Amino acid sequence: MPKIKFIEADGKEHEVEAQEGQSVMQAAMDNLVPGIVAECGGFASCATCHGYVDEAWLPKVPPPDAAEEGMIACAYHVRPTSRLTCQITVTPALDGLVVRLPLSQTSE
Amino acid sequence: MDERIVIVGAGQAGGELAAGLRKQGYPGRIVLLGDEPHPPYQRPPLSKGFLLGKVALAELYLKPLATYERFDIELRLGARVEAIDRTTRALALQDGSRLSYDKLVLATGGRARRLPLPGLPRAPIENLFSVRSIADIEAMRAKFVAGNRLVLVGGGYVGLEVAAVAVQLGLRVTVLEAAPRLLARVTGPEVSTFIEQLHHERGVDFRLACEVQGLELDEAGCQVRAVRIVRHGIPEQIDADLVLVGIGLVPNTELASAAGLAVDDGIVVDEYACTSDPAILAIGDCANQPSAFAGGRLRLESVPNAIEHARVAAATLMGKREPSAAIPWFWSDQYGLKLQMVGLSAGYEQCVTRGSAGGKEFSAFYLKDNRILAADVLGRPAEFMAAKRLVASRAQVDVTRLGDAAVPLASLAA
Ligand SMILES: Cc1cc2nc3c(=O)[nH]c(=O)nc-3n(C[C@H](O)[C@H](O)[C@H](O)COP(=O)(O)OP(=O)(O)OC[C@H]3O[C@@H](n4cnc5c(N)ncnc54)[C@H](O)[C@@H]3O)c2cc1C
Ligand code: FES
Repeated sequence: MPKIKFIEADGKEHEVEAQEGQSVMQAAMDNLVPGIVAECGGFASCATCHGYVDEAWLPKVPPPDAAEEGMIACAYHVRPTSRLTCQITVTPALDGLVVRLPLSQTSE
Repeated sequence: MDERIVIVGAGQAGGELAAGLRKQGYPGRIVLLGDEPHPPYQRPPLSKGFLLGKVALAELYLKPLATYERFDIELRLGARVEAIDRTTRALALQDGSRLSYDKLVLATGGRARRLPLPGLPRAPIENLFSVRSIADIEAMRAKFVAGNRLVLVGGGYVGLEVAAVAVQLGLRVTVLEAAPRLLARVTGPEVSTFIEQLHHERGVDFRLACEVQGLELDEAGCQVRAVRIVRHGIPEQIDADLVLVGIGLVPNTELASAAGLAVDDGIVVDEYACTSDPAILAIGDCANQPSAFAGGRLRLESVPNAIEHARVAAATLMGKREPSAAIPWFWSDQYGLKLQMVGLSAGYEQCVTRGSAGGKEFSAFYLKDNRILAADVLGRPAEFMAAKRLVASRAQVDVTRLGDAAVPLASLAA
């Protein structure tokens, strides 16, 4: 099973075992990783599953579609590496993925 | 002995609270009781992808069963609570057992409002449905076949989503609405017209400003054959193979009121989710809470509210005080078009739109004193997040620029 490491804004790390085919957001939810809210349940409607994909991993993660780009643009604490984790599917190629979490999903 | 928190209602709010307590390192026992046979699940897809057949049952579950076990959350399904005994701090369950609590959280949600028609038979009518649970969808699924005539009583968001799914599955759909326009309580006329158009173009028939008078049953009294309505004084009978009633939610407050807790359109709680009994909290659809954003009390029915209210309750139970500053928001999905609504438009004086209502996407902003109270964003997700920030900031905006779709919304802030 692919492993994913989530790093909270305060540096606390959570390494979880993810299921292939689920989203990175769902892997965090299943393992009670704090820092992801996922209000819309994975339908790219809320931008509260926002995370920063580690630079080294960016080339291996398929790019966002237009809907995701739109939602991310005005999310809180955006950086160039920002993604909606519900839109990234876990594959064997992502074993070891590192995702950092923003200070807050819902406010400045 | 370990402290024990018991949560009644294993829905969106209850599940979120149990998880939130463990995330924060709560060391005591957590018992999560739910009367449905499913672990906490998302209801939004019920009237969208799940009814359409695109979302599978397991995908509705917010977390797999294994998660509850791994994090020591005692999830008991099919467990219905019948009464609260506040003096002994114990619950009476339907199976006759008792369960004591140190802290109790009511997260009981609500149930579909029934048609207020006198003379309806007591026995269930086989083709009369409502949409609240997985069981409701499973019961109606066999009727969702091409050619069947669906009559929807009530044109709210959930009903309109069902209408959209039904059209996509080839049903013939008629929506009956008491108000003179759709979604009259929650949106402005511009949005009502847009949504009516959206459905009308795809073949949905509407009877607005109509009053449902009764149901025509078959001889055995088990099936509805038609719905009798009156519109502008003219009676009409609308034939149906199935009827769906979507006229709102009744909060499940009976446990609370029988236990002597204050109830007024929901279980009355303070900004920390506490009821008048300091050992009992209430969250989610069943709770009536003060809202800093609205400047008054309200009862919300949305997933973001369930999650936020669970966060507030988790903080309270952990000995902290973290009232909510959240802004209500909601989404809907009809024919693949994303509708995102933020804020509360009540009391607005001006509606400014961007984009074209004739086209496939537009946004409506509800203003008072040049401040944006609320926004409905239809098919423009990029604008939603910017709108949410504008509503949150309560900043005054330049109305001319707001109405100019060429001006980026984000630039209006500040
Ligand atoms: C079809 C549909 C579509 C929706 N779409 C959206 C949407 O697009 N966006 C959005 O934000 N919101 C949507 N909502 C609303 C959202 O699902 C609710 O606001 C949310 O589920 C509320 O969570 P809750 O935990 O308060 O209540 P619920 O999720 O209803 O959970 C309450 C649970 O408590 C159980 N219970 C009640 N009494 C007892 C008892 N005595 N003993 C044991 N268990 C009990 C109930 O059976 C239920 O399982 C939708 C709702 C429906 C029905
Ligand atoms: S969970 Fe809502 S956008 Fe990802």
